Amino acid sequence: MEREIVIHTEELTKRFGNFTAVDRISFDVYKGEVFGFLGANGAGKTTAMRMLCGLSRPTSGTGTVAGYDISRQYEKIKSSIGYMSQKFSLYEDLKVWENIRLYAGIYGMKDKEIERKTAELLERLHFTRERNAMVRSLPLGWKQKLAFSVSIFHDPAIVFLDEPTGGVDPYTRRQFWEMIYEAADRGITVFVTTHYMDEAEYCDRVSIMVDGRIDALDTPANLKAQFGAESMDEVFRSLARKAERSE
Amino acid sequence: MRQFGAFIRKEFFHILRDRRTMLIVLVMPVVLIILFGFALSTEVRNVNVAILAPEPDDMTRRIVERIDASEYFTVVRWLDTPTEIHETLRAGEAQLVVAFGQHFSGNLFSPDGSQMQLVVDASDANMARSYISYAGGIIADFSREMAAGTGTSAQEGISSSVQFLYNPQMKSAYHFVPGIMGLIMMLICAMMTSISIVREKEMGTMEVLLVSPVRPIYIVVSKMVPYFVISCINLITILLLSVFVLGVPVAGSLLSLCLVSLLYIVTNLSLGLLISTMANMQVIALMISGLVLMVPTMILSGMIFPIESIPRVLQFVSYILPPTWYIAAVRKLMIQGLPWIFAWKETVILLAMTIVLIATSLKQLKHRLE
Repeated sequence: MEREIVIHTEELTKRFGNFTAVDRISFDVYKGEVFGFLGANGAGKTTAMRMLCGLSRPTSGTGTVAGYDISRQYEKIKSSIGYMSQKFSLYEDLKVWENIRLYAGIYGMKDKEIERKTAELLERLHFTRERNAMVRSLPLGWKQKLAFSVSIFHDPAIVFLDEPTGGVDPYTRRQFWEMIYEAADRGITVFVTTHYMDEAEYCDRVSIMVDGRIDALDTPANLKAQFGAESMDEVFRSLARKAERSE
Repeated sequence: MRQFGAFIRKEFFHILRDRRTMLIVLVMPVVLIILFGFALSTEVRNVNVAILAPEPDDMTRRIVERIDASEYFTVVRWLDTPTEIHETLRAGEAQLVVAFGQHFSGNLFSPDGSQMQLVVDASDANMARSYISYAGGIIADFSREMAAGTGTSAQEGISSSVQFLYNPQMKSAYHFVPGIMGLIMMLICAMMTSISIVREKEMGTMEVLLVSPVRPIYIVVSKMVPYFVISCINLITILLLSVFVLGVPVAGSLLSLCLVSLLYIVTNLSLGLLISTMANMQVIALMISGLVLMVPTMILSGMIFPIESIPRVLQFVSYILPPTWYIAAVRKLMIQGLPWIFAWKETVILLAMTIVLIATSLKQLKHRLE
């Protein structure tokens, strides 16, 4: 069975002056997949992700996200993706439901639909009582869960998660990953960067960037076999050792 | 349009829920108006005066009474010897000493005339100059009456009469109100807008907004709308306070005053936008607005000191500050009551500044997002 491709890049490159941040990367991501995007700081992860999100244009090479060209149709890409960053991205001085309404409104959802889905979401997260609470007053783990739910509230084709679990305790991280799987089951492709190697094990496939190139791309099991390693952590370290540039 | 509405609603929530900022933004104009209007006045009133009269008699007493009776001066002390002049001034007991010469009354009608000396504490040069001119005026009046009474023609010839136009009571509030309007509007629009945009960058929410399908221009404009509303409220507050509390009337057309003010508000909103494209931290935005905008505005915009008396080099700085032109326009429209046509130059310059600021900041904004 041919799997549907939602992200496709060919020789994607970004140069800043003489510095090649992303060096001819080519890869495919399939629909409903949890795709881990790994790399040391400065390896070019963020730059690559910004191009895929339509925030910056490639110097050369091509790519499509959700069927749209990243060099030309980036406005269309923006409507088809969700995004959550390591920095907490909800407004602390807005109530839970106001945050949801704001982001839903940004993505052009109708008031009726927003209302229905908000009730549903709060029910699912057991947040119904916190509907009118200021986001400021929620514990960090809850905030992260809420932020993730908001990022996929408009049912995007792909959600980009930039180190979503930074600073969150292991238990909440576990719960967070359960939410990621749920989203993937619903057919939302999850593109996630992380520093935690145990999280890399949770991904369907993992790519590891070194010095702007993708040096390895496969399932965690295959990667471990290929590098004769016990864990993803070992795989990552044996690749990262070859890196010539640091931050 | 739906997105835009959602954004503006969010911005109002941000402001309304931040009680402290709200309070500052709405109360600051009131405090400044009252401070400048009453406390920081440059008017001469109840200045302490000491008198040195070696030969006190009826004539000197009449002059002293005349000085004391005026609302400007209060005679606090009679000195016995000239050495006491310095002591009283140094001790701060009096700011002005009126010293009569020897044989004052006797020499009054002699060909050489009689001598009188005014010794003033000139550590505040401007105020000292005012004391001298007020005291000199009282004495001149007196001698003119004396001359008229005795039929001598010594004081005839040129008699000048002075008329104070636009501000007949010489109130300093007339001078300060336009300045405060210029300062407050700049602080609120430029500073608050820039801080609020930079805050989103600092919090990380800006990133999420940029990844969303919202066009950056919407994000920015929706930030400006609430501050525009607040500035309009401030404008109304200031005008009401100045008319009913400080007694400074709007001499000209209220409409043209408001139109120029709205233009100035937009100028400052775009200035705030420009600052926000240069700063990545709220502290930096605050520093830029505080140091680069507020201090020069207070000193160089003509708000307190006349631009003509500022060194040439600094005058160029004055001319690139938007408040300079706004304050000048308000003086014409509000205080002098001139028709709008007399403020066309200021209006055109403000308009040009606004266009340049908006163009630059939009270009910068685009550049930063890349």
